[in-house]
Amino acid sequence: MAEMTYIQAISDALRLEMRRDQRVFVLGEDVGVYGGAFKVSLGFQEEFGPWRVIDTPLSETAIVGGATGAALMGLRPVAEMQFADFISCGWDQLVTVAAKQFFRSRTPIPIVVRLPSGGGFSGGPFHSQNPESSFAHIPGLKIVCPATPHDAKGLLASAIEDPNPVLFFEHKHLYRRIKGEVPDERYTVPFGTASVHREGEDATVVTWGAMVYTATEAADELAKEGFEAEVLDLRTIVPWDKERVLEGVRRCSKVLVLHEDTRTGGFGAEIAATIAEEAFEHLDAPVMRLAAPDTPVPFSPPLEKAFIPQVDDVVKALRELAAY
Amino acid sequence: MSTGTQTEVVMPQMGVSVSEGTVTKWLRQVGEAIGRDEPLLEISTDKVDTEVPSPAEGVVTQILVQEGETVEVGTVLATIAPPGAEVAPAAPEPAAPTPAPEPEAAPAPEPEPAPVAAAPPPEAPATPPAPVSPAAAGNGKTFVSPVVARIAAEHGVDPTSVPGTGTGGRVTKKDILSFIESGAAAAPPPAPPAPVAETAPPPAPEPAPQPEPTAPQPVAAAPAPVAEPVPAQAPAPAAASTPAAAPAAAEAELVAGEALEPMTAMRRGVMEHMRRSVDTAAHVTSAIEIDMARVVALRQKLKPELAAQKVNLTYLAFLARAAVDTLLDYPWVNGELRGQSVVTRPFVNLGIAVALDDGKGLIVPVIRNAQDLNLTGTARAIQDIAERARTKKLLPDDVQGGTFTITNPGSFGTFHGTPIINQPQAAILGTYALVKRPWVVQDELGSDVIAIRPIMNLTLTYDHRLVDGAYAGMYLRDLRDKLESWDEAAY
Repeated sequence: MAEMTYIQAISDALRLEMRRDQRVFVLGEDVGVYGGAFKVSLGFQEEFGPWRVIDTPLSETAIVGGATGAALMGLRPVAEMQFADFISCGWDQLVTVAAKQFFRSRTPIPIVVRLPSGGGFSGGPFHSQNPESSFAHIPGLKIVCPATPHDAKGLLASAIEDPNPVLFFEHKHLYRRIKGEVPDERYTVPFGTASVHREGEDATVVTWGAMVYTATEAADELAKEGFEAEVLDLRTIVPWDKERVLEGVRRCSKVLVLHEDTRTGGFGAEIAATIAEEAFEHLDAPVMRLAAPDTPVPFSPPLEKAFIPQVDDVVKALRELAAY
Repeated sequence: MSTGTQTEVVMPQMGVSVSEGTVTKWLRQVGEAIGRDEPLLEISTDKVDTEVPSPAEGVVTQILVQEGETVEVGTVLATIAPPGAEVAPAAPEPAAPTPAPEPEAAPAPEPEPAPVAAAPPPEAPATPPAPVSPAAAGNGKTFVSPVVARIAAEHGVDPTSVPGTGTGGRVTKKDILSFIESGAAAAPPPAPPAPVAETAPPPAPEPAPQPEPTAPQPVAAAPAPVAEPVPAQAPAPAAASTPAAAPAAAEAELVAGEALEPMTAMRRGVMEHMRRSVDTAAHVTSAIEIDMARVVALRQKLKPELAAQKVNLTYLAFLARAAVDTLLDYPWVNGELRGQSVVTRPFVNLGIAVALDDGKGLIVPVIRNAQDLNLTGTARAIQDIAERARTKKLLPDDVQGGTFTITNPGSFGTFHGTPIINQPQAAILGTYALVKRPWVVQDELGSDVIAIRPIMNLTLTYDHRLVDGAYAGMYLRDLRDKLESWDEAAY
């Protein structure tokens, strides 16, 4: 057990998987000599050699396509996007080929695409997005959004082990800011199981990624007013832990669905709709959603702060739920 | 499918060609609680036997189809009321909140963005996407949230009699729960679990269909011979020739000591299929004896290896593997007569007849594309379907689409038999006991000597309308040659 940052946990998981399974290799822009844009694979080329830590041309299409082909031939590629935003160039390989291959031919595509995502450091519209919802709409892909170092390590191991294409969204704002105790040995965290980041009985906040911390801070604030909100960290979006969410709704009867991605068509809408369909008679207030507004992510720090849901926004939303 | 808050449990569709099912056992009775997806009853169809899970959490309020009854797919079998609901046998559900002072349902109309300061709003929500405010509409009535309405109905509480602390004086879930807990609800409210009255009387516990059987008759005596689950078929000799499912004229009286029990859906399926096959195909059986010495030796050698992979290497696996391989050279044995045409195929979907443990039925699960499996794969596949057949875990698709069948009655020691073809296939292979026999073989000098050899009799029962004796004989000869000279590398 050691204290690690979120990004160290990701590195650690990747290194352990590469040591235990010769089929695992990484590819991406600058992942080799340079050690990756965020240094996740720093030192990997020395340990595993250039054939398992492959610097690719600047082409996301080639990275995802190459990974897909390698997976077809029996390997377990872990592809890195420098920023999740750039995955749009690999959309066709991912959505048209990788996601549908097993359905068409019964040949699994066990690839992992690591996607540094999220804002909070003035990265602007091309380096701050959270595109998980777009991919949640594509049958055949699994979507992972860890919030803690422990989960990041265990979920990456599960992702590499999984026979499907898995999109692994790493929140950049958590990389070096969040630390936690992480077991030294290899372990896995199962997909589709939410974790309770904070307990409470008065409302359920359903969220994932960096918003887990925003929600928890806000809930702690509300606790001073005698209102205890539970914070559920979904950990994976596809599959998502519907049963645990519905259990929270049945118990607390008030729900806030929170995400950093923009509002319209965000995955929160899916959750809210499911709650309305399956737990309507347990609701004591409208299902509330809090998300970024429907605009690109602004550069300007004050504007970005207004764009990404902040602790105060969540406090305000929870107060409304409390008073309802 | 729920009416009001009751959920209906219907006879599920267990496969495309299945149109009815028999309730074999209720696992919960009226008044008992059940969780969502917990097994509620067992049903039996001519394809599979299975459990039906409850579609909802709650209490079983009605059982509409009794054990032994056969009903069409989609028929309502039972109803489930939500947890906590009163289970007055006939009451549909605890009706509306209460008869007394108007149920107050007026859903808050427009969101009313303006801070209608009626209560203590923490701070004027100036946020752009104004949340829905439950605040009072102009009519002096407040919104009752779904959960409050439900709790009120369950406890027979009039929500308007509960002091509200929510926005605009709305009654919150906490308000009504503490109201009930305080006992305040017990005294004043009119009639707690509102009796029936109100809505139209619910479906009586005994619904229409089944007119009480009069005598000790087997239930489901004549469930209209439903559309045969057969694909378009040769002009099957009309039922006239054989009294297939005829209820038989006024059954004979039971003699003392005799017992009468209803036929299971599976038995009925077996009965119909066997009769139809004999009426359809021109059955001929040819037999051949195989010297299994090589297979015996190989099995002994490979068995421990495969056991390590949790695969039980049986003789049946060798026989299946060789039979499938030989079928590719004899497409008509693996074929089908369809109208005036002959169907052949480049694949073998191999049916394996599996007897159920209680000896009360058999089922023929299918290994698809058996030609793609090597010996290990074949053994594993047989093990899988046999296991699932015995534990009733087969899916409807597991028992469809077979092109050739193997039946293995030899495990009981029988050395010969004449199985019935599994329609619409063209042939069925029977495998029998492996016995040591004195056998004439040739020694290295070419002289005849008598040796002790493990011999197995195999039968091919084929439909002579399609397969001729010579063709069947050649198939059996090739099969024997494959088994006797088993090429380990090739399989």
